[in-house]
Amino acid sequence: MKSKKVKPEPVDNTGQVIINKKQKSRWERTKAAFFDCWQLYLLLLLPMLYMLVFHYFPMYGAQIAFRDYKPVDGIWGSEWVGFEHFIRFFDYYQFKDIMLNTLEISIYGLIVGVPFPVILAILLKYCPNKKFGKGVQIITYAPHFISVVVMVSIIMKTLDPRNGLINNVLALFGIEYNLNLLAMPEAFSSVYVWSGIWQTMGFSAIIYIAILTGVDVSLHEAAMVDGANVVQRIRHIDFPALIPQITILLILSLGRILNVGFEKTLLMQNSLNASASEVISTYVYKMGIAASFPDVSYTSAVGLFQSVIAFILIFVVNKLARKYGEMSLW
Amino acid sequence: MVENLVKNTKPIKTKKSKQEFNSDTVFYGIVYALLIVTALIILYPLWYIFISSFSSGARVAAGEVVFWPLDITLDGYKAILDHNSIPTGFKNTFIYTVSGTVVNVVMTVMAAYALSRTKLPYRNQITLFFAFTMWFNGGMIPTYLLYKDLHLIDNPLVMIIPGALGIWNMVITRTFFQKSIPNELLEAATMDGCSDIGYLLKIVLPLSKPIIAVITLYYAVGHWNAFFNAMIYLHTPEYYPLQLIMRDILIVGQNMEMSSSGYTMEEILYRENLQNMLQYSVIVVSTAPMLILYPFVQKYFVQGIMVGALKG
Repeated sequence: MKSKKVKPEPVDNTGQVIINKKQKSRWERTKAAFFDCWQLYLLLLLPMLYMLVFHYFPMYGAQIAFRDYKPVDGIWGSEWVGFEHFIRFFDYYQFKDIMLNTLEISIYGLIVGVPFPVILAILLKYCPNKKFGKGVQIITYAPHFISVVVMVSIIMKTLDPRNGLINNVLALFGIEYNLNLLAMPEAFSSVYVWSGIWQTMGFSAIIYIAILTGVDVSLHEAAMVDGANVVQRIRHIDFPALIPQITILLILSLGRILNVGFEKTLLMQNSLNASASEVISTYVYKMGIAASFPDVSYTSAVGLFQSVIAFILIFVVNKLARKYGEMSLW
Repeated sequence: MVENLVKNTKPIKTKKSKQEFNSDTVFYGIVYALLIVTALIILYPLWYIFISSFSSGARVAAGEVVFWPLDITLDGYKAILDHNSIPTGFKNTFIYTVSGTVVNVVMTVMAAYALSRTKLPYRNQITLFFAFTMWFNGGMIPTYLLYKDLHLIDNPLVMIIPGALGIWNMVITRTFFQKSIPNELLEAATMDGCSDIGYLLKIVLPLSKPIIAVITLYYAVGHWNAFFNAMIYLHTPEYYPLQLIMRDILIVGQNMEMSSSGYTMEEILYRENLQNMLQYSVIVVSTAPMLILYPFVQKYFVQGIMVGALKG
């Protein structure tokens, strides 16, 4: 079925012609197929050009990480220095802190973030009043559409120790609240992760809800006949149905483990919590773009280090998932 | 076990008619309780922002606004109109969102459709060419250098062109084309001498409303909320999108031109409260359009997301 135009012809022709066709086939057929698909290639032209320029060219430009960038010489003319910039990053006295901060935020987010949408989806499925369930579902979606800037300002307004939301609500119960969580390094990852759950739980649940709707009803009926109660049915029927999707999500998240949400971190960062909120991407931004004398090669090396680790991780985890769970992204 | 069997088999036949009190009843009670708590936790901060935007700044600052707006006023909203850069920000964001989304959807459909056609030679290789960039990228700095070479720095086009195609959206759109458009249509259209582009325009697009709606919403929300590119690449305030201006107002805490000279204490206090109200009302005004857009697309949503999640 590779090409529609070539295939029907041999049927109409004599045997000899078919042999002839086969002899010159490969090149001719490819050429014919290309010609047959010229409109499709026309459609692909712009998107592929875009990919080449805006995605592949920066990859090629990442070689600046192995050179010593001088604005006069540009990317292509600067001198090669090998792994010097990588080594400089590994030797940097805050290297360990930056790596640990990055890992802490993402692993924390991964562990806490996965169960909530799953639980929400199950709750919604078993909500006896469908209208009520639908209403709750729509409410939980809403924060997804909030921008990072607004999200961070909501966090600030919620946690404000003077007249923030938590302060006001606790005051109703006569509880004094005077923690400034955004100024506490030890609270940074928690604030980051839990506000993230608040924002994305509902939206992430959509996929699980859809999967649960697709679970065969007869399985549940059979289990009920066998005397399984709701909790048992959830554990043995619904939960297994969700596992493949959870695995895919975990693979994706592992690939992004060094990729802590840059915008949110940067906006939540202040001089008081900086010791806990400096992650790889904010460091690259500060040294490479915001600085008055950007250290181009060095920060490119740091960024490349992050990309390569992410790529290796996603590759390895996907391999493992394919081997042991028979699941894969590609 | 036997007890359970008796208790549990009954409701099936009567189809959920008044069940007796058993462990399942407790379960449903917990379900309700958790859902109510979840809804409250998510709704309350949004409600708080909403009521604060209508309340007098002094009452909000005193921490008195908890359930309902107090001393209802529209001063915060008036302050938006009087602000020297918010209206421009709105205009810019609107332009970036509309033009950016149009570019996105056209690019996405072109690529997704071509890659959905099985006859395309080297289809898998080309798909990989697109998909690979989801797993690997050159990094922030080489990208910055590239934009500099392309003269995209401080150029409003930086809000549209670099994000012209979202790979993930392209992949789900392609999957939708493959899964939801019957092959028989293609065969029939080919018989009638329909060209590839003709088939896309006359048959595929009219049948793909759900996925077009979903990716349009995704892209539009992305543009509306975008601030990263603007922060890094735009330096002229006239080009600033709303989110960047909001960052200054909400997070950096940049005040309205406030020269304290010539003002009485009362006036300074009033301005401070106004600043506070402006923060709340600008959150409401900036977030509302996307929240309003969503219900129109909602009916397509599960369908669109589901198709995208299935591998293909």
